[in-house]
Amino acid sequence: MTDQLKSTPLKETHIALGAKMVPFAGFEMPIQYTSLVEEHLAVRNSVGVFDVSHMGEFMIEGPEALDFIQHVISNDASKLVPGQAQYACLPNGKGGIVDDLIIYKMDDTDEKFMMVVNASNIEKDFRWLLSNNRFAARITDISDEIGLLAVQGPKAKDFLQGLTHTNLDEVGFYRFTIGNIGDIEDVIISGTGYTGSGGFELYVKSGQLVKLWNILFDRKSDITIAPVGLGARDTLRLEMGYCLYGNDIDDTTSPLEAGLGWITKLKKENFIDKEFLVEQKAKGIGKKLVGFKVNDRRVPRKDYVIEDLNGLPIGKVTSGTQSPSLGIPIGMGYVQIAYSKPEIEIRINTGRKSINAIISSTPFIKNS
Amino acid sequence: MNFPADIKYSKEHEWIKVEDDIATIGITDFAQSELGDLVYIEVDTVGETLEKDAIFGTAEAVKTTSDLFMPIGGEVLEFNSELDENEGDNPSLINESPYEDGWIIKIKIADAVELDDLMDADAYKELVA
Repeated sequence: MTDQLKSTPLKETHIALGAKMVPFAGFEMPIQYTSLVEEHLAVRNSVGVFDVSHMGEFMIEGPEALDFIQHVISNDASKLVPGQAQYACLPNGKGGIVDDLIIYKMDDTDEKFMMVVNASNIEKDFRWLLSNNRFAARITDISDEIGLLAVQGPKAKDFLQGLTHTNLDEVGFYRFTIGNIGDIEDVIISGTGYTGSGGFELYVKSGQLVKLWNILFDRKSDITIAPVGLGARDTLRLEMGYCLYGNDIDDTTSPLEAGLGWITKLKKENFIDKEFLVEQKAKGIGKKLVGFKVNDRRVPRKDYVIEDLNGLPIGKVTSGTQSPSLGIPIGMGYVQIAYSKPEIEIRINTGRKSINAIISSTPFIKNS
Repeated sequence: MNFPADIKYSKEHEWIKVEDDIATIGITDFAQSELGDLVYIEVDTVGETLEKDAIFGTAEAVKTTSDLFMPIGGEVLEFNSELDENEGDNPSLINESPYEDGWIIKIKIADAVELDDLMDADAYKELVA
């Protein structure tokens, strides 16, 4: 059975720009326009614009909205102030992760939040949230009504400032506000992203997405901006060591193993898997997600076996690429805890050869 | 997308150009476009005689790894030094010029009859359309 692929309102725009379109998470999405490496470097050096409208958005509202969110997410949303966002995950009740997400506190009540989830998990997450809603929370999937552009890079703020009355200096990291971009009002301007190069994510109504794109690309500016596909989105996030759901985290990996202890607030009163995670933390984890750099020209790929120097298996690669910024192959994967410290030498078995690599702290690159 | 008429094509997206009993082999414009930015080409089979469909090397792109297959059998005579990591080390030649500067190996053809199984430009164009 082949399900009909969805597309974003910018599909024709992407095709007109020469993008290569691929199926991704049930959507037909641009993976690359010109060159993955050029697009990657555009984000690192100037500004890149991603259509990430495939992402899912849920509204969580009502008198017990916060209680519900506190129950289902790993992080502590009670700490949020209006206009603040937070990274978190949904523990799955079996020690794994349903999805990772960003939660937005929309106003000064504890009754209105927006949850942004991975496109590939929209339906799974929605069912999961409904089935765990023992609270008077209203959960609405508004994914089809929302378009999202990520405007990322060191010059993104200067570029966007010319298009909005909002003072972007006041929209800090993981803060957001509602303002205009050109003559589009009510844009959620969010100081978030998945690149490590700074910038903003802009949420608009789907019907205004094409207009938003055109406002950005029609702006006369000394700052060069480039459309960027999902290929570079992956290499950008991997250089930062950010997890990708389905690769580095999934239903079988615990947030603690994945290095997401910083978004797992074990002192929070009660939440799904709290008991398991408290116990796992006390006993210690057996495997850990690490970054590694490869001393070879061959590039590590998902599912390659990680070995110790004697060739014994100690783990598995979850993500790998050639780093466009560093010019070397890098990757992430789970290894037995004894091998998880930076500078430990490991081998990656490519199926035909074992190549040398070294455990590395993440992010792999330092942004100035 | 470019499909020169003077070469033959394999279903694994290699092209082969024959001059007497020597053939030049590379990957097609479609293949380089699918792979994206190439970062490393490994060929350690020079001097070996390989059968049709045997792996003669590996292409590493930023986002994926792909084996390289012999469209016909023969002895691998030469690896393009412009791609070789110890010499030119410029795999992006394949992205820029898949049919000319980005050729990968030259072989001595073992049995020219195997060429008959390969596609011409029109048939290959249909395959990847």
